[in-house]
Amino acid sequence: MTARIETPAQALADPACRRALVELLYQLADDDLALGHRDSEWMGLAPHIEEDVAFASIAQDEVGHANAYYALLVDLGEAESADALAYGRSPGEWRCAVLLERPNGPGHYLKDPQFDWGYTIARHYLYDLFEMVRLEALMESAYLPLAQLAAKVRREERYHLLHMETWVKRLARHSSVSRARLQAGLEKAWVDLYGLFSLGPEGPAMAALGLLPGGRDRLWQTWRERAQALFAEAGLPWPGDPSPVMLDGRAGQHSADLEALLATMTEVYRLDPAARW
Amino acid sequence: MPDDYRQYLIRLIAMHGISEIMGALPEKEWVPRAPTLHRKLAIMAKVQDELGHGQLLLRVAEDLVAPLGMNREDLLNGLFKGTIHFHNVFHMPAPTWADAGIIGWLVDGAAIITQGMLVQGSYAPYCRALERIIAEESFHIQHGESICIALAEGTKAQRQMLQEALNRWWEPLLFFFGPPPKSELTKHQDLGLMYRLRNRTNEELRQRFFHKYVPRIQALGLTIPDPNLRLDKETNTWHYTQPDWSKFKAILRNEGPMSKARLILRHSAWEQNRWVREVLSTRAAVAV
Repeated sequence: MTARIETPAQALADPACRRALVELLYQLADDDLALGHRDSEWMGLAPHIEEDVAFASIAQDEVGHANAYYALLVDLGEAESADALAYGRSPGEWRCAVLLERPNGPGHYLKDPQFDWGYTIARHYLYDLFEMVRLEALMESAYLPLAQLAAKVRREERYHLLHMETWVKRLARHSSVSRARLQAGLEKAWVDLYGLFSLGPEGPAMAALGLLPGGRDRLWQTWRERAQALFAEAGLPWPGDPSPVMLDGRAGQHSADLEALLATMTEVYRLDPAARW
Repeated sequence: MPDDYRQYLIRLIAMHGISEIMGALPEKEWVPRAPTLHRKLAIMAKVQDELGHGQLLLRVAEDLVAPLGMNREDLLNGLFKGTIHFHNVFHMPAPTWADAGIIGWLVDGAAIITQGMLVQGSYAPYCRALERIIAEESFHIQHGESICIALAEGTKAQRQMLQEALNRWWEPLLFFFGPPPKSELTKHQDLGLMYRLRNRTNEELRQRFFHKYVPRIQALGLTIPDPNLRLDKETNTWHYTQPDWSKFKAILRNEGPMSKARLILRHSAWEQNRWVREVLSTRAAVAV
């Protein structure tokens, strides 16, 4: 049985607990900010106007959730501000899964973007389901501030998942063209999928301390069960269990895509990190 | 309704709706680069509002073109073919973060002055959409002003970035309201006045803009790039250097600094995702 941790001070009192908790919070925050950023690159380019508006809401939610997780890290003394964490760390300090740093497609959002809606929906669905399963586990977290935040975030994430499930079913069933686009997107996302379920070197401690109850096994099993049910409903073949990945984002290993993402995201901030913007 | 009234409305509202959508493009360039999480959230919400305004207005325009056998797709194709224009102010580059601030503060500030007139017009469906749009635009002005204040109160480099952005946007802000009276470019104003879709001339609106924003711009310690700008207190009229109206005419031909690039961006995104819209607009072919 794990002990309840009600305040940052209690978490800081135990070095092993602090280490695992901080790693977990970086994973949560960085996952959401990386994807929220990618979503924000779709603005003005989405397939139709209503979807542009919907995607902008989803992007705002993701960035807002990242902000809330960074605030918990600030409470634990990791930095002075959420912005310093979001904008001031090098790629090696990031803990997002590599899947979430990938671009939306070829080209740059400013120059000749050729974004891929099939991949965008595939990636978002796979992540949103993962996030839902992770939030359900976190609602039982031994770290009370995180359990409370997870309950709040889950209420919004429910709508993201509904949105993405609707798209997956629609694309899968509509025509051979849309089905092929979705399947190509799923195939591409599947290459990075294993890394989503990595919890990094502190993973066993996160489970043992009850910070993320059930750990990786619970996440993977629950996720696979629900994903397989949706694939069956949509008439999509199950691509098989994902293979281990070369780069473990949770251990600070990232692709050049994260470097490019951060170069864009911090372009203005880096002009003067000490200035008020 | 009379045909010329309908035609005037279609021209006005389709252009307004399309302009909201094209108007998202200069600012959205700064969404992924916003320098803090708070700014990132705010500018996303702002650009989202613009897209939402576009959707609201195109719904009004769709009703007006329906009896002519046209739909939203036709309106967007009108943009790509050059028969529907997007607002002159959105043909300009936005090369720095300060431009995003100036757009939010002064371009939206100018827009609200025009919209404050249009909302009193004779076509109720347009006025109802405008009421909601104006309510949201007033938040945009605060958002833009907040960015500008932070820069004005910031470092020397930040103040310089803001001043340079103002220098770039001053002439486009004069263009914003359209040419002065008795110009070959103002033929549409008369019909609008007759049908009570507008009750002010371009110049009256421009004067309102000066009255409201010149003192505020100066209060931030910025220099307005027009040495001739002054208020004649007796007539309560601002005197200013006329902008180069030949540049304005070039914009009307889609030959402004960013006209082509923004049209290409909008068009290529529209075409690349045609297959997605087909998924939504046609029935499923695959039985599952």
